Amino acid sequence: MSFLEITDVHKHYGPVAALAGVDLSVTSGSRTAIVGPSGCGKTTLLRLIAGFEAPDRGRIVLDGEVLANGGAAVPAHRRGIGVVAQDGALFPHLSIADNIGFGMARGEDKRTERIVELAYIVGLDKAILRRRPHELSGGQQQRVALARAMAMKPRLMLLDEPFSALDTGLRASMRKAVAELLETAGITTILVTHDQAEALSFASQVAVMRDGLFSQVGTPRELYLQPKDRMIAEFLGDAIILPAKIADGFASSPLGRIAVDTKERRDVARIMLRPEQVLLKRTSREGMSGTPEMLFGEVTESEFAGSMCTIAVRLLNSPDPPDAAAIGNTPLILRKPGMDAPVVGEIVRLTVSGKAHVFA
Amino acid sequence: MAFVDDDRLHFRPRLRFLRPLPPAGNDTASGLMLPAADLARPGLPAARSARLRSSSWILLAAVLVSLFALLPLAFIVWVAVQTGWETVATLVFRPRVGELLVNTLLLVVLAVPISIVLSVALAWLTERSDLPGARLWAWLSVAPLAIPAFVHSYAWITLVPGLHGLWAGVLVSVIAYFPFLYLPVAAALRRLDPALEDTAAALGLGPWRVFTRVVLPQLRLAICGGSLLVGLHLLAEYGLYVFIRFDTFTTAIVDQFQSTFNGPAANMLAAVLVTCCFVLLGLEVLVRGEERYARVGSGAARQQQRTRLGRATLPCLALPVITTLLALGVPFITIGRWLIAGGADVWRLDEIGLALGQTLFLALAGALLATVAAMPMAWISIRAPGPLQRILEGCNYIVGSLPGVVVALALVTITVRIALPLYQTLFTILVAYALMFLPRALISLRASIAQAPVELERAAASLGRPPLKALWSTTIRLSAPGAAAGMALVALGIMNELTATQMLAPNGTRTLAMAFWSYSGEIDYASAAPYAFIMVAMSLPLTWLLYVQSKRMAGR
Repeated sequence: MSFLEITDVHKHYGPVAALAGVDLSVTSGSRTAIVGPSGCGKTTLLRLIAGFEAPDRGRIVLDGEVLANGGAAVPAHRRGIGVVAQDGALFPHLSIADNIGFGMARGEDKRTERIVELAYIVGLDKAILRRRPHELSGGQQQRVALARAMAMKPRLMLLDEPFSALDTGLRASMRKAVAELLETAGITTILVTHDQAEALSFASQVAVMRDGLFSQVGTPRELYLQPKDRMIAEFLGDAIILPAKIADGFASSPLGRIAVDTKERRDVARIMLRPEQVLLKRTSREGMSGTPEMLFGEVTESEFAGSMCTIAVRLLNSPDPPDAAAIGNTPLILRKPGMDAPVVGEIVRLTVSGKAHVFA
Repeated sequence: MAFVDDDRLHFRPRLRFLRPLPPAGNDTASGLMLPAADLARPGLPAARSARLRSSSWILLAAVLVSLFALLPLAFIVWVAVQTGWETVATLVFRPRVGELLVNTLLLVVLAVPISIVLSVALAWLTERSDLPGARLWAWLSVAPLAIPAFVHSYAWITLVPGLHGLWAGVLVSVIAYFPFLYLPVAAALRRLDPALEDTAAALGLGPWRVFTRVVLPQLRLAICGGSLLVGLHLLAEYGLYVFIRFDTFTTAIVDQFQSTFNGPAANMLAAVLVTCCFVLLGLEVLVRGEERYARVGSGAARQQQRTRLGRATLPCLALPVITTLLALGVPFITIGRWLIAGGADVWRLDEIGLALGQTLFLALAGALLATVAAMPMAWISIRAPGPLQRILEGCNYIVGSLPGVVVALALVTITVRIALPLYQTLFTILVAYALMFLPRALISLRASIAQAPVELERAAASLGRPPLKALWSTTIRLSAPGAAAGMALVALGIMNELTATQMLAPNGTRTLAMAFWSYSGEIDYASAAPYAFIMVAMSLPLTWLLYVQSKRMAGR
């Protein structure tokens, strides 16, 4: 039973179509991430759900209540949807306590206690409540914005790139903590982000948006391992894409015989592997002789970047060399742990783990 | 921190089991930036001492200017001490002063709130609604500034000859001075982050409550600053209230001065007027508080959405239309009528040419002096801010807020008693202008120096320019447009100045404002019309400058 149902939503700004027929269904208590490059329309969709703007066409239904249908829309202040904006959007003229209590009724009993409690839940010290927004760091501001949105007990929480202003280390820990917090509170959440790692780690359902449309919606694992097309594959992470012939659940490709995720039979197809599926084992030129069924390569470049190391491997004995003009002998780009990574000139043996994904 | 008391957890039953987010102590992003900024300072001792030497020259200049600016204040204190308490008491505590005080007070108490309501409504309509022709109305809301207040009053009195007393004063004051409130309020509205209003709506507030709880509080700085400006102008204005025969301190001081020259009576009235100004300044500081309303957070703000007026469009359109009719229509119609009535006879070209030449000369010379005097102060307030700089700048603003009549009275007395050869000379009148309009020059200069990066000055120094030359070839060159804008605004002020010019200018001086004043004083309204027309025509382009500048400095 879906909690939020978006059907065929369109939105134009002048001649530009920001959303061109979006459908999305979100189950109660789940976390959904909408991810896409900037300008793809994801923030527009969020603004339509929040009620800041009305769609040109289409329906938005939350928990059985029609929020927007064509041009008619329930205004934002009657929706009970929490929003945490990119930079927090704290009210600069109010103290932190008043910011958190902004959405509560003025005469609400135990107002102060609730504010203190909310601050505690989002990890803010009580002493901070008397301060002003500009005296807080970016991370603290985001916590206040979250507490403020939770104070109104929202049916749905919308997060508009709330972590993008934070530095890398803080971002990951905040993301995890916020996800747990909202999950425990049972609040259905939609996160908008342009950071694919954030989307994959945060959500139970990820929707990839491009040019005002969802290109694919599914679980993070589904999207990462079985993307619909090359664009999605490359947007969600590094991908090795190879030409192949497919039959009986196997592909014959420049990387040899690889299990694939389809039973169909096709002479011309493209398969995708994630670089981490290619395993390397050190060997030497002598080790290559007499083992024609094995696949070897030479490390041609190596770039050390701390924990990870990017290396380029040129295949030495591809069993099914592709048309040289089409692909050439493009080296594979792989990311391996920085410790003990093979150096330039070393010979490695390549094996593939798991199944390759066949693009439709 | 560990504040979990079970019976306080009533907020949502399931939250009881929530694991709080990790504490926020590790948010050190801003802390990390500080050492980097420190590193950017020049480290070499030689370079540092050279910089110090050049900045100490500038500091000295700034201190001298500020001390000079304090002259009128010192004069008031000195006169009060000299006169002796007995005389002061008899001069100050008398029914006439009480009457003037009530008049002035009523004027401020009535005109300022009306101006606030009018300006906020106009600003909202022109900046945040889809009112047809919003940009045109925005400019038309600033344009009344091009018309000197006494010309507004002249226009009204010839249109409605029976216009007298308090309410007439309130009406013309609001019309003449509301743009001083409209400008900052509109600029602040334009810069408000729409995300705040969205957030408030998402938290369950309807449109009206969003306006009163989020938008209006953020306009507080702009409203305070604008109200102060309007209030100070009400205290300082002379010509406007003479026309409609409404007595304020300023008109009484000028009357007193004309009958008894610089007797203690005029000086004591001036002292009370100065006290009123200080009360206004203090009130503004109190109401404004130590707030900071800048946008919190990074990145560019989203484009604001304009509210659809729908069926309310026509009634809403009435407000700017009526305001424009009253504030621009009335003066233009009156001036036009008198020009037609006077025909070609009123254009006595030799006389007008002389007045125009004298006015332009005084305006330009005064503007130049004010800008040069403001330069050291402006440089210090951007490049080397500190407690001393804040005190100096405060002095300049306080003196700038004194009515022209007080400055003039002070300079008259000082030159007559100490340096008689300087009395009614070009030098004295230019000094008066510089003192009165220093803040205008300062604000423009400061804004443009702030936009000239200090790195350029350093680069010039590292390329072998001595400090003052480096300053000249970078910062001063780059701030030239701002300086020009400041000069234009000072010139505008001087062009329409009447009180101080009358009291201080050399014998035989006849500026546009003075010629206008003497003709209209003889009820020869037709002969006065060409002067009014020229003043308005020359000021009109400058109001555009004001409009543009206010957009840039909305945050202040």
